[in-house]
Amino acid sequence: MAGAVFGMLLLFVFINFGSLTIKSEVSHLDEEQIFSTSKVSTEEEHQNQVSDTNFHHHRDTLQDEERTDPAELWTSPESRSQQYETPLVESHVEEGRQNEAPATRNGLAESGQPPKVNDRFQEELVIRPLLSGDVYSSFQFRTRWDTDLLNKQKKVSHFRLFPKSLGQVISKFSIRELHISFTQGFWRTQQWGPPFLPAPPGVELWVWFEHTVQDVDRSWKELTSVLSGIFCASLNFIDSTNTIQPSASFKPLGVANVTDQRFLRYAVLPREVVCTENLTPWKKLLPCDSKAGLAVLLKSEKLFHSSFHSQAVHIQPICQDLQCKKTSWELRQTLSVVFDLHATGQSKREWSLFKMFSRTLTEPCPLASTSKVYVDITETSKGDDLIEVAPAVTLQMQAVVLGDRRKYMVYDLMTPEPYGSLRSLNILLKWKLQDSEEMLPPILHAERYVGGYGLQTGEIHTLIYNNHPFRAFPILLMESVPWYLRLYIHTLSVISKGRENKPSYIHYRPSKDRQYPHLLEMLVQLPPNSITKVTVQFERALLKWTEYPPDPNHGFYVSSSVLSAQVPSAVALDANHTTEEPLFTNLFPIMEESSYFMRVYTEPLLVNLPTPDFSMPYNVICLTCTVVAVGYGSLYNLLTRTFQVEEPSAGLAKRIANVIRRLRGVPPL
Amino acid sequence: MPAIFHYISQHARGERLPPAEMAASLVLVLLIAVTVRAVLFRSSLAEIIAERVEVVSPLNGWKRVVEGLALLDLGVSPYSGDVFHETPLMIYLFHFVIDYSEIVFMIADAITAVALYLAVQDYNKIVYRKQKYTLEAGRYPLDVAELLRTPKEMMYIPIKVAVFYLLNPFTVLSCVAKSTCGLNNAVTALFILCTIKGSALLSAIFLALATYQSLYPFTLFAPALLYQLQRLYIPISVHSPRFWIFTSQYGSMYLGSLVVITCLSFFLLSSWDFVTSVYGFILSVPDLTPNIGLFWYFFAEMFEHFRPFFICVFQINVVFYTIPLSVKLKEHPIFLMFMQIAVISIFKSYPTVGDISLYMAFLPLWHHLYRFLRNIFLVSIVLIACSVLFPVLWHLWIYAGSANSNFYYAITLAFNVGQILLVSDYFYAYLRREHHLIHGLYLKKKDGTEETLILK
Repeated sequence: MAGAVFGMLLLFVFINFGSLTIKSEVSHLDEEQIFSTSKVSTEEEHQNQVSDTNFHHHRDTLQDEERTDPAELWTSPESRSQQYETPLVESHVEEGRQNEAPATRNGLAESGQPPKVNDRFQEELVIRPLLSGDVYSSFQFRTRWDTDLLNKQKKVSHFRLFPKSLGQVISKFSIRELHISFTQGFWRTQQWGPPFLPAPPGVELWVWFEHTVQDVDRSWKELTSVLSGIFCASLNFIDSTNTIQPSASFKPLGVANVTDQRFLRYAVLPREVVCTENLTPWKKLLPCDSKAGLAVLLKSEKLFHSSFHSQAVHIQPICQDLQCKKTSWELRQTLSVVFDLHATGQSKREWSLFKMFSRTLTEPCPLASTSKVYVDITETSKGDDLIEVAPAVTLQMQAVVLGDRRKYMVYDLMTPEPYGSLRSLNILLKWKLQDSEEMLPPILHAERYVGGYGLQTGEIHTLIYNNHPFRAFPILLMESVPWYLRLYIHTLSVISKGRENKPSYIHYRPSKDRQYPHLLEMLVQLPPNSITKVTVQFERALLKWTEYPPDPNHGFYVSSSVLSAQVPSAVALDANHTTEEPLFTNLFPIMEESSYFMRVYTEPLLVNLPTPDFSMPYNVICLTCTVVAVGYGSLYNLLTRTFQVEEPSAGLAKRIANVIRRLRGVPPL
Repeated sequence: MPAIFHYISQHARGERLPPAEMAASLVLVLLIAVTVRAVLFRSSLAEIIAERVEVVSPLNGWKRVVEGLALLDLGVSPYSGDVFHETPLMIYLFHFVIDYSEIVFMIADAITAVALYLAVQDYNKIVYRKQKYTLEAGRYPLDVAELLRTPKEMMYIPIKVAVFYLLNPFTVLSCVAKSTCGLNNAVTALFILCTIKGSALLSAIFLALATYQSLYPFTLFAPALLYQLQRLYIPISVHSPRFWIFTSQYGSMYLGSLVVITCLSFFLLSSWDFVTSVYGFILSVPDLTPNIGLFWYFFAEMFEHFRPFFICVFQINVVFYTIPLSVKLKEHPIFLMFMQIAVISIFKSYPTVGDISLYMAFLPLWHHLYRFLRNIFLVSIVLIACSVLFPVLWHLWIYAGSANSNFYYAITLAFNVGQILLVSDYFYAYLRREHHLIHGLYLKKKDGTEETLILK
């Protein structure tokens, strides 16, 4: 009986988590219930995966990891008290610590005090049902560490929650800020509204270096190579031909005393394909890996079966306290995914955690100080009850996100409440209406395409929409175009509402062949309720035959252009909400949240270039050299020879006779 | 001897147009040329022509001039990018006349034509005088009378040269596309005029300007020097001090003006960036935009480790002919100049049809070589056919997608072979005529049959 129960337990663990969980002492009865419910909802998808070998293998890893992990499990006192509600689990962890990590405990035992914990880990998941029927889920894992990684005298060598690989990179290359994102798919702002954190398709990397760095270009080159190792991505394709130094578009997000663009490097690889090999190293940076907490949901077989997937790492210094005398390091790992109604959801407007990720939540990451799931219920609360959320929790909150007043249902995973009697949280979202709603157009969005035909010239058209009914606002448009599309800046035209709209600021750096790309940044004022069309002509270069990628006729990617703007928020438009607030707060119509910063990425472009015939370098070399030789030969002929009267050549017999006569000393015939 | 005199005097008696009438016909030609250009400028064709790769190259495209000016307006050095490759003086010129660019290009063409007209007129006088002296000295064989040139035939040559330049479709296209090649041609034509008129200083200045503009014309130093030595009756001999004095004079005038112009450009933009951006660009051929020359496809298909070697070979090939040609043609510096201009425009790194039109303008001057040309018919057909096929194959490759780069490349090869044959044919004819002037036209063997001449 006990063996059977243990077997069931392992089976459950395998199906639901796929790997180790710290929490294991749960009542058997609950276990079986959860298992049976999950089985029903899997619709027999995963049952075949469980085999005996998996069992044994899994048990081994379980034991192994339990043996090695506790050193990492050092949690802050306050988080520990939040995390474990059952004393059973608590004592189990304590036990593990005492038994298996004596070395780390020794020093602490001497001082007699628990260590002062200076790092913290938070995790959260936001689920937003989109009006199109798709679902947007955004994970965020935030690690904060009160330490100075850049101090050269006192090298930090003990890493706890903060990943060591990234910490070492920061101190080695003296990085002030690092932002990297891997994205597969394109975020459709028009259908989905603005994302929490936008990212262009492919890989985007931007780094602010410390002002102490002497040779920024070299550090950048080495950094990209190191990062390509860490994230298993082709970041080593970043070189001077796709690196730019934007003057205004990418300012430091954290605490910064350096704003000189010489220390900024920005590059996008629009062609990079993001897949499992990039997800696994990204997950490994998490303190709990993907073994506990929200990260158990990150299974690549589901994540990459979606219409948009974006994962990012943001490292920046933040203030430690209000005085901001000291800085802390903040690592934010974000992952956004949009599941498609038709591809993943079988065209049914019903979503659940299990349907999206094929996992449910049973516990937070034990190292996390907060672990929450937010579900956007704005549509529900507007009165017409579009979406039903189950299980319903009482905790709700309101926030102004991206200029929009949103309402969220909050599931605090640290408390037992959300798990319910099943000890498992599987959030269900159900639309009441089956046809899609029309979304209000986002206030700012943009699209871009290539105009013209043929392979000689072309035009890049960027359409920028300001859908605000009465407010004009400026945007900063940044274009980075590879050198082989030669931009003609004098053809730049910005037209709003049929009239010329002269940019108030233009920063342009023309490209140098095979050295660096074009960089165009400009500040454009968008009139209210308008479409602004930015057009610039380019010429397509013919490259050397070795400079083409293996599939030259697929075309060349041009990275997304970036729009940065302070967008007036839609909250200010809403006249009704003021009734709920004290009158003295809104004597002036301008509110704190009246505008918000937003970045919009346009589509990357795919441009064809004329190609030479790759099969005939030898022929070309031979033929051209022949023509040159014809020129040389005919001139050489005329230069070295003179006109002479043609003499009929003597016959063979006569020549032989002459040879004999010469031998005889007789004059020839 | 009397037979020759008779022949000459017979033709000399032919009616001769007064200078006023010649000038009137020149003005007429100019008017026609300007009208044609003005009409084309106003038509929708102008935009299409300005995009043609045969007419504009990365070095002289008008779009790039405008781009350079736009970059200056933005406060960016035009040489920081790889779009603008004009010289600083050019950008300075167009900074002022950008609004009148069409007129500037028409005036440039007119200047070229008038300069060539005057130069050729002067040159013809000298040729005729020289022929007269030789004839009077009795140094011509008896049977070359029909090879000698007559005033009647020479009278129309200057106007023909002007017509050949102004109404050549290549020149018209080049002018309508506002290729700065037209301005370079004007500088070169002024250089030729000054050389023939015997003004050493002006000749050196214009030669320096031409060199500054497009680098290759420095090889024209040799014919200019030879011509002026001949004009001053200075023997070309290493033992003659006068030879060395004049050579160093002319050379220092040339180098001096080159230094002055270069320094002037430096002070205009206070940077030396233009040197790499203009001359480095001409020499290292980084831009492989298709054109009518031999470089683009060759270096697009070149193996990377052979590139420097072949770039050296191809660039040396352009200038190398100067030495043997100068030795061979030291008595005929104007023909040498024609050969040099032709060789440059065939083998330079970014040739356009505007370059071709300059040496083609000289063809009427060698009208008397016509009877010795071996394959002029074939060559003309090849050149015309290729000129028609350029846009056709370009369209098939770039727009229709039904052909590939090899088609266009094949046409550039054929076109260049045609040009090479044309030039070498004229060279052959020139040498042959000279040979006949010394040895007689109808050489007979002892047995009375006709001799055949061969190159040995």
